[in-house]
Amino acid sequence: MTYSPAHTHARRYRRLAHKLATYFLLGLGLVIVLTPFLWMLSTSLKSMSEALSVDFSFLPRDVRWENYTEVWRLLPFGRFFVNSFIVSIAVTTLQVGLSSMAAYAFARLQWPGRDIVFVVYLSSLMLPMQIAMIPNFFLLRTLGAVDTYVSVILPQSFVVFGTFLLRQFFLSIPRSLQDAALIDGAGHLRIYALIVMPLAKPGLATLGVFSFMFSWNNFLWPLIMLNSQRLFTLPLGLVSFQGQFSTNWPLMMAAACQSMIPVLILYGLAQRHFIEGVTISGLKG
Amino acid sequence: MGARTSELRTALLFLAPHLLGFLLFQIFPVFGAIAFSLLDWNLITTPTFVGLENYFELFSDDYFFQRAMLNTVYYTVGTVTIIVVASLAAAVLLNERVRFRSFFRTMYFVPNVSSLVAVSFVWMWIYNSDYGLLNNVLRMLGAQDPPQWLSDVTLAMPSVMVMSAWTQVGFFTVIFLAGLQNIPNQYYESAVIDGSSRIQSFLRITLPLLSPTTFFVLTLAIINSFQVFEQTFIMTRGGPAFSTTTAVMYIYDQAFQYQEIGYASAVSVVLFAAILAVTIVQVILQKRWVHYDL
Repeated sequence: MTYSPAHTHARRYRRLAHKLATYFLLGLGLVIVLTPFLWMLSTSLKSMSEALSVDFSFLPRDVRWENYTEVWRLLPFGRFFVNSFIVSIAVTTLQVGLSSMAAYAFARLQWPGRDIVFVVYLSSLMLPMQIAMIPNFFLLRTLGAVDTYVSVILPQSFVVFGTFLLRQFFLSIPRSLQDAALIDGAGHLRIYALIVMPLAKPGLATLGVFSFMFSWNNFLWPLIMLNSQRLFTLPLGLVSFQGQFSTNWPLMMAAACQSMIPVLILYGLAQRHFIEGVTISGLKG
Repeated sequence: MGARTSELRTALLFLAPHLLGFLLFQIFPVFGAIAFSLLDWNLITTPTFVGLENYFELFSDDYFFQRAMLNTVYYTVGTVTIIVVASLAAAVLLNERVRFRSFFRTMYFVPNVSSLVAVSFVWMWIYNSDYGLLNNVLRMLGAQDPPQWLSDVTLAMPSVMVMSAWTQVGFFTVIFLAGLQNIPNQYYESAVIDGSSRIQSFLRITLPLLSPTTFFVLTLAIINSFQVFEQTFIMTRGGPAFSTTTAVMYIYDQAFQYQEIGYASAVSVVLFAAILAVTIVQVILQKRWVHYDL
């Protein structure tokens, strides 16, 4: 085949147009993703009269940082932050600890019935949380645990996703390491703690960030279990804020914005683990 | 032989703490919910066994339940459609030879990690008919009387769908992109030699080879959507005129506002059965369109 100069020109133009269109669409996606966040930020710095003014401006004309402190004055936001941290850290610790032990039993030990038990575990990934909601509420109520941290923490701490994820990581660790340690007389507890866990750090981090995020953002379960404001986690705090100041949009946006910050920081630091976790769970499908 | 039995004992020790909690908080409650659904019970009075009466009532004359189920199905169809189209498009674009790929991917994922409650507030304010961002922009573009979005009976649910899709597209983009990157390049190379256009190779190579991923995305997105709660609870409280009341919201109201424990349990069993049925149908239909090879 021979190409005339005009031909190559046309091809080059087409390639350039294709490239421009790709970047244009990707940029458009970015605008769609970011605009709500920017709108939240800009409103959170406006005065109420400016937010509710017919004379529209995206950016605040007069920046009011006081909105952020005002929110803390009106409701115990510090308390909500502490509560969210207590619950999320407890759930994360329990999930990483218990799932890693269970994953060790599934990935590194030989025992009769292992595969059947694992299939039961896997199939429960499909269970909607809502079917367990009412019986769990009843159970915790019978135990007298309504309106306690424990009632919020416990039901969130045995999610199967963690066991599944860590099993994948553990399976990828070469068996020869374990066998060598066994010959040296090490017990399984030592192999788990000193060999498998350190080698599975990326997996533990992935599970850790996911558990923290889910528990930080969880709304329905704390809504059911908690009644007293002093125990509220941030999402509940936000909703009670909405109940009292529903038309004060700048303050609502300042409250919403603050509540997102810890998870956004975590995401910024560990985004590789977030993406990895999603990719792994996607590839099994 | 001795090694085997000792491994069983070790396995039990490792598994027991998680297994007990898993049985207690995830497996037994399923049977608990089924048992509760056969009772007339408001937590205060002694429960009475009523058999399947709750179910008969749900399906014969509970307008609100039927409305909630239909709304949930409508929401699921709309949201999942937007999610699949948008995240596949984003993944295909990201799979081109672009710079800053991981930057785009990272940014697209941000809505997914943000608190759904906080994000619902933000979108409520975007949709606000008098001072919201959307209507301000529409007015600047010349609209005289822009829609009322969340307070309009026909527009409220589509508005919720768009907002929900916005929170999830980045997540599914990551999954689609991983699937696309698994397709061996040689298929495309031979397609170029055969003279296929981009669209032809997308239809004949990408879509068939991506179908296992698409199947996974569909299954997960549908299961998620059936459980929608936060968005409508916060943005619309199920209104206007019950146009956005969803199944989980109905369960929540019946159980925790009116203490109708038996009745609410019946709704939760129906929702569970619906999710299970849809998933089974998908697994059966998968044989027709999911290719594990070209």
